[in-house]
Amino acid sequence: MAKLLPSSIKPSGFVVRFALVATSLLLVAPAVLSDFRLSLLAKFLCFAIVALGIGLAWGQGGMLVLGQGLFFGLGGYCMGMYMKLHEAGAGQLPDFMTWSGVEKLPALWSPFRHAWFAVPAAVLLPMAIAGVLGVLIFRQRIRGAYFAILSQALAAAFVIVLVGNQGLTGGTNGLTNFQAFFGLSLASAPDKRILYLIVAIVLLVVFLAGRELVIGRYGRLLIAVRDHEDRVRFLGYDPTRVKLVAYVLAAGMAGMAGALFVPVAGIISPALLGIVPSIEMVIWVALGGRTALAWAAAGAVIVNWAKSSVSEQFPSGWLYLQGLLFVAVILFLPKGIAGAVEALRGVAARLPGAGRGRLRARTVPAAEEGA
Amino acid sequence: MSSALLRIRDLRVTFDGFHALDGVDLVLDEHEVRFVIGPNGAGKTTLIDVITSLVRPTSGSILFAGEELVGRTEHEIVHAGIGRTFQTPSVFEELSVLENVDIAASFRLPFRSLLRRRKGISDEVAQALDSVGLGELREDPAGSLSHGQKQWLEVAMVLVQRPRLLLLDEPVAGMTQEERLRTGELITRVAQEGTTVLVVEHDMDFVRRFAHRATVMHEGKVLTEGTVAEVQQNETVREVYLGRPRDARGAAAAPV
Repeated sequence: MAKLLPSSIKPSGFVVRFALVATSLLLVAPAVLSDFRLSLLAKFLCFAIVALGIGLAWGQGGMLVLGQGLFFGLGGYCMGMYMKLHEAGAGQLPDFMTWSGVEKLPALWSPFRHAWFAVPAAVLLPMAIAGVLGVLIFRQRIRGAYFAILSQALAAAFVIVLVGNQGLTGGTNGLTNFQAFFGLSLASAPDKRILYLIVAIVLLVVFLAGRELVIGRYGRLLIAVRDHEDRVRFLGYDPTRVKLVAYVLAAGMAGMAGALFVPVAGIISPALLGIVPSIEMVIWVALGGRTALAWAAAGAVIVNWAKSSVSEQFPSGWLYLQGLLFVAVILFLPKGIAGAVEALRGVAARLPGAGRGRLRARTVPAAEEGA
Repeated sequence: MSSALLRIRDLRVTFDGFHALDGVDLVLDEHEVRFVIGPNGAGKTTLIDVITSLVRPTSGSILFAGEELVGRTEHEIVHAGIGRTFQTPSVFEELSVLENVDIAASFRLPFRSLLRRRKGISDEVAQALDSVGLGELREDPAGSLSHGQKQWLEVAMVLVQRPRLLLLDEPVAGMTQEERLRTGELITRVAQEGTTVLVVEHDMDFVRRFAHRATVMHEGKVLTEGTVAEVQQNETVREVYLGRPRDARGAAAAPV
């Protein structure tokens, strides 16, 4: 890399790594993957957006968000409602409502006719709900296991509401049978490739924004709150506010991911956002490495890729493997894959003669590099 | 003497029937360095905890610059101009020394500007680090510091906030003689620059050297108050200190 660029331009390690990942996602993956695999990857990248939020709230902020399915679902249903209404056409009801004997469009649905309402709502509604919940929870100084249980209970309650209102939400089946997404046909392979690129770009942008936040002063403060919430109060900060920002942003990311997931996967249903899926979201982040945003996102892709590969070979094997992986990570890799990579780097750096290549470039001054 | 900065009246704190503070009256003048001494369980730390709202009083009033503090939250009290340290230093171990001081220094910034990245090191942060001798260690994680250095870091974090009233809870516990001297000089300098300082301390030697006035507490009450010499002459004080064997490691066993 250093030889390709004039010596005055020395990209930092981060820029190089980000460029590599962005190139693989935007150019390499569409070139080498089949339509089917690319569409799977698009789904996993949606999950990676959720994972970024969990990395922020849990990894940096210490809030074990065990109910992100709630916000993922809210975003997904906002988008799903819009797509359903758009396809039904003016004055018509979505198909499942007719089957459920609903004759008039429920008032809750009518604003979702408009894209200008539905698309922002997919992100802002989860954020608003997280905002209200967060103020109530954090002000009462509820944290740790109590917070985790509470957030999980909210996801469970949401599922009960969805299932119980068949005519309004499509019940257990959820919303499905989508044909198009803003002019992209969901049956056409080239259109689905465009959809993939949209998801990948959103992921990269959200990651950059999240990273900017994490390395800034706010990020330092968030870590301080995570490690010593009570001490932060005596520095003149209100931890409620600090935690609220991360929690609300995590909800927004989950909502955004849910909204993108609907056209990619063609469905949103209670089974995708209850207790078990919500816990799985946290597992991705734990496996990847919760203290680094990039690894949290990578965890979502790696785990889901493994899940679909294993399930293709051994249809019922994945659940066991996932449980085993989780136990192994907790026992041996508390910092996830990120921690393992870091440890390996440390070992490699100490090996005699390991100086060549990347590791050396960090310690050797620029002048010697040409030699 | 100048006017009163802190005026505590009939302050009471009861934990399950135990009177940690039993009607404390205390007046601190501006620019004063006041030491609060007394045997274990006298309520010295509880006094600091109540002023900073870590502990809610059962009754009583705390006026700071004429405003009531009782009922305010911890961070509001910091914004009112009161800073404190803790007996066991509690710094943010995953952050660097510099980042610890930097977030302490940024507490008055509007929240939005916290979202941006830190650019360089502000003069006041550099100054605070130098004043406690941690300038060279600023990039190190705070978790790697020794016990004494963590105490210094806490002092730097509170100094950089430029409080009007500084509450120090046993600042020299576990420090060497030389470090004690430096801490004492720092306290004197801070007071000269206009901060009022209240120090809870066990070390009588340290008290003799650096106190303007001392308040002696015993069993939740103020026993007496005066210059260090006056206090040492007081019969009841002698009785309290000599009448019961003092725990040699008193610092660690003080009340929470």
